Amino acid sequence: MISIEGLSKYYTSKKNQIAAVDDLTLNIKEGEIFGVIGYSGAGKSTFLRLLNRLEEPSKGRIVIDQQEITALNSKRLRLARQEIGMVFQHFNLLWSRTVKDNIAFPLEIAGFSKAERDERVHELIELVGLSDREHAYPSQLSGGQKQRVGIARALANNPNVLLCDEATSALDPETTNAILDLLVNINEKLGLTIILITHEMHVIRKICNRVAVMENGKVVEQGDVLDVFLHPKQRVTKRFVEQVMGVDDEDDGVSHLIHTYDHGKILRLHFIGETTNQALISQVAKKFAIDINILQGKITQTQRGAYGTLFVQIEGENEEVNKAVTFISDETSVEVEVIRDAN
Amino acid sequence: MLTDLLSNLDINELVEATYETFYMTLMSLIGTVIFGILLGLLLYLTSREGIWKNKFLNMITAIIVNVFRAIPFIILILLLFPFTDFLIGTIRGPNAALPALIIGSAPFYARLVEIALKEVDKGVIEAAKAMGAKTRTIIFRVLLPESMPALVSGITVTAIALIGYTAMAGVIGAGGLGDYAYFFGFQRRDVDIVFVCTVIIVIIVFIFQFIGDFISNKLDKR
Repeated sequence: MISIEGLSKYYTSKKNQIAAVDDLTLNIKEGEIFGVIGYSGAGKSTFLRLLNRLEEPSKGRIVIDQQEITALNSKRLRLARQEIGMVFQHFNLLWSRTVKDNIAFPLEIAGFSKAERDERVHELIELVGLSDREHAYPSQLSGGQKQRVGIARALANNPNVLLCDEATSALDPETTNAILDLLVNINEKLGLTIILITHEMHVIRKICNRVAVMENGKVVEQGDVLDVFLHPKQRVTKRFVEQVMGVDDEDDGVSHLIHTYDHGKILRLHFIGETTNQALISQVAKKFAIDINILQGKITQTQRGAYGTLFVQIEGENEEVNKAVTFISDETSVEVEVIRDAN
Repeated sequence: MLTDLLSNLDINELVEATYETFYMTLMSLIGTVIFGILLGLLLYLTSREGIWKNKFLNMITAIIVNVFRAIPFIILILLLFPFTDFLIGTIRGPNAALPALIIGSAPFYARLVEIALKEVDKGVIEAAKAMGAKTRTIIFRVLLPESMPALVSGITVTAIALIGYTAMAGVIGAGGLGDYAYFFGFQRRDVDIVFVCTVIIVIIVFIFQFIGDFISNKLDKR
């Protein structure tokens, strides 16, 4: 769907050359929500702007929908841009136009008649849930409503790709979730590909299928969101995962647990998606003659199921306990780590 | 009583002069706004962050604007006599004042336009580009509408400066209230005429300011 090869953007100052985006290669599948995460200055914003050439690439190739964006002349590029929606952190609405006219703007650019515009705008306003606000000016809207207008505007020309530039970073947590739900909804309903950049792991966790982590203009890690959550390899990725999962104070916590609960077996259970619908704990407790005591843990939901860790204490006959552990590791997708054997 | 105080005032001449002042102000304002917006757009679009980034063109435009803003208006009128004569066929009367009025105030308004355009949110321009807008669309559908309140305030300021300029032009024979006040009031020592002309000019200025503020506020939906 979208293939990016060796994409680079250099800024040259008097003395040196800075690579904002450095030899980046990515493939994004049709219909997926692809997240790019990085701290400010990582080059993610530049990367997004290279995709529709708001910034001219210094090197590399971008192909979207079999169309080589990097090879287009300015006229063809303008037409191609009409097929690529873009949502901005600060909404970038025209204050001089009402909600309705803001959404109609890309349709004016694409040359639709007044009647066609009105009809399409009406649909879009319904889609983003702003039915009673169409004659309001942006200054009369809340942040979340403004972003809904931004999204409706980006969808006006039925694009195949939606670029989201920190679309929720200026919003409060509750509104962020509402906007993210809207994006998932649109993704499912219209089947369009969404590329979003963010510095919040929460956003990635909640709606993305795959993620790329950027640092210093390079993608340092990429893969399924769940894999990245489970096995973060780079230091920067680990820090992002901690944003959602809490600071990794497990080592402290573990020794504390071992100390406090001085009998029974202590296990660490890794939930890696899919198992959400299994009532694991109660199942094990019923199947085997053991007692399970939940000590601590955190489980969070991603697009691919639950992800997280749970510390449990298991008490009972040694044989039963061992059978339970074998059951969990063999029969379910939950990974088991024995922190302390029964004593 | 009032007629005693204003014994030298000829009401017909006063109306005529007021009309001429209005005429000169409005006609020159139209020209000033057209040329000012063109020059202002050129200054903005050719600037370093502009869509038509062009150092050379920007420099030339800036020099023209600065030179004409630097020349005192009264001298500009004298300098433009041959040009006016060629263009209008005379150097006297309200029409003859227009070239000087426009050339004198368009560069001033151009700078105000440039400032107004610079205030337009860069993000909005970026959004329009991302939608595939042509430069023409960006100018007419984004830049000008989004800077409209500031453009209107600029027109108000410029119009008031122009009223002052018409009075100056009047002194060298353009007609209008300045002309009337100078030739009848000052040279004949008919102070009442000077006084009435002043009052009328002040009222005209107030009217312009009021209308300008009203429109600017109406347009501003921020």
